[in-house]
Amino acid sequence: MPPPMRSLAALLALSGAAWAGEAAPDAAVLTRLVHHDCGSCHGLTLKGGLGPDIRPATIAHHTPESLRAVILDGVPGTPMPPWRPLITEAEAEWIARYLLSGGAS
Amino acid sequence: MDRALPAERRCVMRRAALALWLMLGSAAAAPAGEIRATGDLGLIVERESGSLLVIDQSEHAAIGRIEGLGDLSHASLVYSPDERFAYVFGRDGGLTKVDLLTQEIAARVMQAGNSIGGAISDDGRLVAVSNYEPGGVRVFDAATLELVADIPTGSKTIGLVDAPGRRFVFSLWDAGETWIADLSGESPAITKVGGIGAYPYDALVTGDGRTYIVGLFGEDGLTALDLWQAVPEPVRVLPGYGRGEEELPVYKMPHLEGWALAGDEFVLPAVGHHEVLWVDAGDFSETGRTPTHGQPVFAMARPGGRQVWVNFAHPLNDTIQVIDTLTKQVVHELKPGPAVLHMEFTARGHEVWVSVRDAGKVVVYDTATFAKLAEIDATSPSGIFFTARAHRTGL
Repeated sequence: MPPPMRSLAALLALSGAAWAGEAAPDAAVLTRLVHHDCGSCHGLTLKGGLGPDIRPATIAHHTPESLRAVILDGVPGTPMPPWRPLITEAEAEWIARYLLSGGAS
Repeated sequence: MDRALPAERRCVMRRAALALWLMLGSAAAAPAGEIRATGDLGLIVERESGSLLVIDQSEHAAIGRIEGLGDLSHASLVYSPDERFAYVFGRDGGLTKVDLLTQEIAARVMQAGNSIGGAISDDGRLVAVSNYEPGGVRVFDAATLELVADIPTGSKTIGLVDAPGRRFVFSLWDAGETWIADLSGESPAITKVGGIGAYPYDALVTGDGRTYIVGLFGEDGLTALDLWQAVPEPVRVLPGYGRGEEELPVYKMPHLEGWALAGDEFVLPAVGHHEVLWVDAGDFSETGRTPTHGQPVFAMARPGGRQVWVNFAHPLNDTIQVIDTLTKQVVHELKPGPAVLHMEFTARGHEVWVSVRDAGKVVVYDTATFAKLAEIDATSPSGIFFTARAHRTGL
């Protein structure tokens, strides 16, 4: 049954090594990542530090898709790094929606 | 002399002395009512709950908690010369003076919207805070927390340290300048030094108060200033140290603190590379590099300089490596747990205390044997600060 095996492999690749076997992003882990690790530049409350304010009112010009792209690929020429090596697209999407909704996702 | 006084007068004096002793005793009492010295106390920042854990370094124990300090992410603090009070710099712009003996907040002001660190003057009279928003430095009376001077810079301001002669030194993230503010006179006298480099992210001053070293985020390299000069000339240190190597994404900025001198060399964290950099403390020429487990956050010389302890940025932040200063080789590796944020040495370096944020604990190690000596529960611990910092320039 080659096709299902391929799709399983694709799913595992998409969800990343750390998340192998888990289909859905882990909300608790990602919430912690946002506030503590994004927070080391953007502040624990996300109102900014060396990096800018990323609360909903400030990032309202973004769509979930455009914000997901910023998270995954960073902003060249600024300290914002690409997070693609560390998180999956699904996780970036979850974070983008979390940020745009002010944590109500 | 005592015998020459009339008995009645001696009695009055004794009563007055007793009253004074009771007054002082009650004002300075620890919660249990016993007399307590502060020389081996310390504070651990609990960032999420906005509280400080009061610890006794000799007893390996928490002895209390001070609450109500606001947003303490990335908070740091300095101590008064008598090691009784700490001034806590919160990310939310709060400046809080806490009393280690009564374990209470003694004074608190919201002095800006967004802050990053502070310093206390050499005479202990002034406390300065470095602000992102509005960008600049504000200086407060250490006794009352009343505003003494406001120094707007028009830039996010980082790397604020104290320097001898009632001076504060700080750098401008956006403008690539370092300013030296002399507060020994009526009003602040500011010396501005340009050409520091692109995006200074943090700075340190050496324990002798002479050398100010600025880390750069926008380019490979650091910049040093000789604060003994009236107008210091910027000296580039390791320009282009990562040239030819692939720059890695930086998920956490390194920190520079006054623990950089190891023997005759400064040890410094590289930005965007898995290595620690060594430079000659006299002429700033490169003397070596040590490949490390991840991107270093703190590279701290143990007091005395014999070893350098290094922790790392997310996602490799469960590890500490110990580097031998003579060979520049990693001689030991520890895995204290998830999210090792900070290390603090005891004054003479026999122990190191390590905050392990996601394990909710602080771990104490013997620096000679690397044996774990104790674990202390703490809520999302970050910075650890022992009172011995009170007597060190730049800490």
